[in-house]
Amino acid sequence: MKFTIQVSEGPYNHQASDSAYQFAKAALEKGHEIYRVFFYHDGVNNATRLTTPPQDDRNVVNRWSALAEEHNLDLVVCVAAAQRRGIADADESKRNGKDADNIAPGFRISGLGQLIEGGIQSDRLVIFGD
Amino acid sequence: MGGDVKKFMYVNRKAPYGTIYALESLEVVLIGAAFEQDVSVVFIDDGVFEIVKGQDTAGIEMKNFSNTYKALEMYDVEKLYVSKDSLEERGLTEDDLIVDVELKTAAELTALMEEQDVLLSF
Repeated sequence: MKFTIQVSEGPYNHQASDSAYQFAKAALEKGHEIYRVFFYHDGVNNATRLTTPPQDDRNVVNRWSALAEEHNLDLVVCVAAAQRRGIADADESKRNGKDADNIAPGFRISGLGQLIEGGIQSDRLVIFGD
Repeated sequence: MGGDVKKFMYVNRKAPYGTIYALESLEVVLIGAAFEQDVSVVFIDDGVFEIVKGQDTAGIEMKNFSNTYKALEMYDVEKLYVSKDSLEERGLTEDDLIVDVELKTAAELTALMEEQDVLLSF
């Protein structure tokens, strides 16, 4: 089955991103396809490489990056939600006159159309959040 | 999109202010309208407050985006459903709402949800 996953909550504050990650991993292990993972609302905070959890805790961000690299996942961060919350890649940073970017490897910033397209192209859209 | 039309339902469950879900849900609905899918929007629980008339947000220094719901019609988003129970529980009637809606019972909403291909819950 082909899935698109939406992550609606930030890391550590909420289990949504952990559950979405576990779901994606399990689905891939069972031979399913992850068409896209879309990060929305505070979920965009899963995409900052500046995240520094204590060493004995999981690194939610790096874990997504690693899964993306391993399975060539499309991790998409909503641009409007990202701008509000200070998540930027080099292009966005430059365009908005900021002095830094913080996007983690494997993530890309794009529009909400990517979420709708995910819903159209996938067999299931699964949302993690409140 | 190759003429692939799916039934999309947006379920709004939260008050318009206090959290950003309502505003960012509306942004999805507006962007999604360009994809020419079969769209419906549901207001349930505190989500009914999103479309209440006479919202005044000056005191909380938030943008009042309630007028944007009136624009949904221009985007061909015309199927707006409101939970009859949620409305009544909050002492509201259809006359209190900023847009024309269809009131639905819980059973009717359940049936509508069953028909959908994609349910986005906010």
